[in-house]
Amino acid sequence: MINNIGEDLDKDWLIDEQLNDPTANETVIKNVSRRHFLKGLGIASSSMVLGIQLSPALAAAENNNEDLFSPDVFVSIATDGQVTIICHRSEMGQGIRSTLPLLVADELEADWKRVTVEQAIGDQKYGSQNTDGSRSVRKNYQKLKEAGAIARTMLQQAAAKTWKVKPSVVTIKNHAARLKDSTQSLDFSELVSIAATMPVPERSSLKLKTEKEQRYIGKDNIPLVDGKAFVTGRATFGFDVDIDDMKVAVIARPPVVFGKVKSFDARETLEVPGVIKIVELPAITPPAVFKMLGGIAVIADNTYAAIKGREKLKIEWDHGKNASYDSKAHEQVFKQALEKPSTVVRKRGDFNQAKTSANKVVEADYYVGGLIHAPMEPPAATARMTDDGVEVWTCTQTPQTAQNNVMGVLQIPKEKAASVEINVTLLGGGFGRKSKPDYVAEAAYLANQTKMPIKVLWTREDEVQHGYYHSPSYQKLAGTLDNNGKVTGWYHGMVNHPIGATFNPAAKTAGSADLGQGDMMYDVPNILVDLGDTDTFLRIGWVRSVTNINNAFAASSFVDELAHAAGKDPKDFLLSLIGKDQHVNFAKDSYKYGNYGEPLDKYPADTARLKRVIELVAEKSNWGKQLPKGHGMGIAAHRSFCSYVATVVEVSMDNGRVKLEAIHSAVDVGRALNPDRIRSQMEGSAIFSASLAFYGDITAKNGVVEQSNFHDYQMARMNQIPDIHTYIVESDELPTGIGEPGVPPFSPALCNAIFAATGERYRRLPLQQFGIV
Amino acid sequence: MIELTINGTKQKFDVDPEMPLLWALRDIAKLTGSKYGCGKGLCGACTVHIDGQAVRSCIMPISAVVDKQVTTIEGLSEQGDHPVQQAWQDLNVPQCGYCQPGQIMSASALLAQNAAPTDEDINNAMSGNICRCGTYPRIRAAIHKAAKLAREVK
Repeated sequence: MINNIGEDLDKDWLIDEQLNDPTANETVIKNVSRRHFLKGLGIASSSMVLGIQLSPALAAAENNNEDLFSPDVFVSIATDGQVTIICHRSEMGQGIRSTLPLLVADELEADWKRVTVEQAIGDQKYGSQNTDGSRSVRKNYQKLKEAGAIARTMLQQAAAKTWKVKPSVVTIKNHAARLKDSTQSLDFSELVSIAATMPVPERSSLKLKTEKEQRYIGKDNIPLVDGKAFVTGRATFGFDVDIDDMKVAVIARPPVVFGKVKSFDARETLEVPGVIKIVELPAITPPAVFKMLGGIAVIADNTYAAIKGREKLKIEWDHGKNASYDSKAHEQVFKQALEKPSTVVRKRGDFNQAKTSANKVVEADYYVGGLIHAPMEPPAATARMTDDGVEVWTCTQTPQTAQNNVMGVLQIPKEKAASVEINVTLLGGGFGRKSKPDYVAEAAYLANQTKMPIKVLWTREDEVQHGYYHSPSYQKLAGTLDNNGKVTGWYHGMVNHPIGATFNPAAKTAGSADLGQGDMMYDVPNILVDLGDTDTFLRIGWVRSVTNINNAFAASSFVDELAHAAGKDPKDFLLSLIGKDQHVNFAKDSYKYGNYGEPLDKYPADTARLKRVIELVAEKSNWGKQLPKGHGMGIAAHRSFCSYVATVVEVSMDNGRVKLEAIHSAVDVGRALNPDRIRSQMEGSAIFSASLAFYGDITAKNGVVEQSNFHDYQMARMNQIPDIHTYIVESDELPTGIGEPGVPPFSPALCNAIFAATGERYRRLPLQQFGIV
Repeated sequence: MIELTINGTKQKFDVDPEMPLLWALRDIAKLTGSKYGCGKGLCGACTVHIDGQAVRSCIMPISAVVDKQVTTIEGLSEQGDHPVQQAWQDLNVPQCGYCQPGQIMSASALLAQNAAPTDEDINNAMSGNICRCGTYPRIRAAIHKAAKLAREVK
């Protein structure tokens, strides 16, 4: 019944961290201050350095061999007291280069002004470096705090040794040790050389700070690590990399996926001043994975020459069988697929029985268009061959996948992984695009072919037309109500082109039911959730919050439809639909829920927390208040990536066009580590969602994507966006991520608000097709 | 040979006169603060000042700016302390940071002409700059703050 292969591959990106990343308790932390491998890292030999082994497999292998031990995340303190913390996750706007080091600095009692953050290269010794799935905080919270606490304890012992007192009379505060009942203090710089000789304290002896003692965690006024570089234009993104003798490449890729070059004429291209040479890339064969798409590369002295040279190429393409794809016509195929669903995801009671005995049955179909990531910085990678391998500089969310991809294209064996060095630049936005390193393979391939340092740049047109798309989706919702307006049955069917097809062409079953479809948290006695099958014609990938985008749009819009059918206030109806406080037991419904790779006992689907964000946002937005004529408020709540968000949108209609009046969101991410970055992610998520709800519509004809740039794949602009208010639930639960969870509830809250304002129900996105944007 | 004044310094370019200023700045002058986002004047990431006006450098041929004063993000202030840059840091405006040089150049051009812009003035001046991370509300707040900072300096 279940297409296991496609399903598993689809979830691969969610669970790989489970395989690679140990729990905090398995993490090994060692004092490596005297180790030979520090040479070349610019760390003085008298510095104090802690290596944190994040990979349990490596730790086990190397524990018995001190010389082999290679630490993963360094916390080092130089003799001048400067603290260096290595960040092994990629910065793409979520603020991770601030938040992760902050965890260490806080426990260490370091002065944030005396902390330097260094970006890790791609290396499996760091454990998973995949910066997607909103999990960097979830996965690293405990171990980074412990690293900070260990360093603090060692400094405390060093001070005690210096003063010849017991460690208990020494406190570490603000980059110095202080002696009890005295004015004596010693700066970190004065303690480093002694601390470096101290044994690492046992984990069980560690005293992590209480919330009250926290210096930076949970505080609001933390400057961004890269703040100054950002505002002065000195920050280096993938596009900005410049190395000696570097040439620029742009590539004419096959317009249809798996198409290939039949013939080409580059004579005019080679006449463009600055164009150096033409390289034909090998044609791609299924599965797409992260392979190069093929095509013709134009290599030039500068970007302008490369782009101009590409315009002059004459290429005859063999488009291949995907040229049959017409996304508009395919909607009918979707619809038919849902008439005969292939896969039951979740089943409780008997939905069909509930339908027969219902007082009222409400049914509605929803459609959400295809999407592309459109980070402001399109993909870019620079590669230079070395004596035994290759050096790469690139904006990547997944440096180790990039490394593997380069090894694949250059046929470098696994044991020589270290010869492929992936340097991670800042990312000018990611949203999932930059976890697919096809562009990194292109740079490495071209550098190898030409023996020149090559920077591959994707233009906006390349990015929009040759991406890994969020699939359009068709969804059928049905609900049954009893005499009291109580929901007795819930049905949600979904079909889209599965992400799994990118990895296995045989995968046909719409994937990612775990992202907002199967895992709905309503307390309904009869539930049926299923999926349909279809073929795939483009490369499909994950875009910020993935299928939560369409699943939450349909489900949370439909809850609003049910509320109106029952004649109840949508907020009150939503709360009663969620029902009693409980941890939802998905297993009871024969549903094996992935829970974003986390155990449900640690990160339960907690209805009390979902209701709490609803209550909070309702209170803060003054839900139910008297609104001016033509205004409306809508609400939606959604749990994703183990975080809880409820959003209220207020709109008005201005000459038949929707105007956003206010956006309010309440969010529960457990302990709020960096509230300012939580708020900024919530602001960004609402705007990201506004863009897709207003305009997001990637379509294809004859297998070719029809959009190409921001004129036909539009973005929300500043004049469309009101102030955005975020309310953070105070919580002592385990911290969870915030890069994605704000996206899903916005678009249903928006359409629910439009319904409240106009009585019109919009079940299709984007809204521009209705002429109301 | 084309001669421009960039951030107060005269510089010669031996390039195709049709080369957009953006690529001349980035690839030849090695000033990478101005960003590529669309190449069509649709997103504002490449915004620079030409004789004080905010201009999209990705669609401006280098030959069109001969003898003009070009200011890029690198030349907006010597110490990175232009009121707009300060306000941007005070309010932690940037997320990924990529579009911010263009946003800052648009904002500083606005403030040079309008010392106390309203929300509407700001929306009008800034709606040509896309921020995909969604920093619009903070940009609006930071422009108000920068206007205040600039008045205090005076």
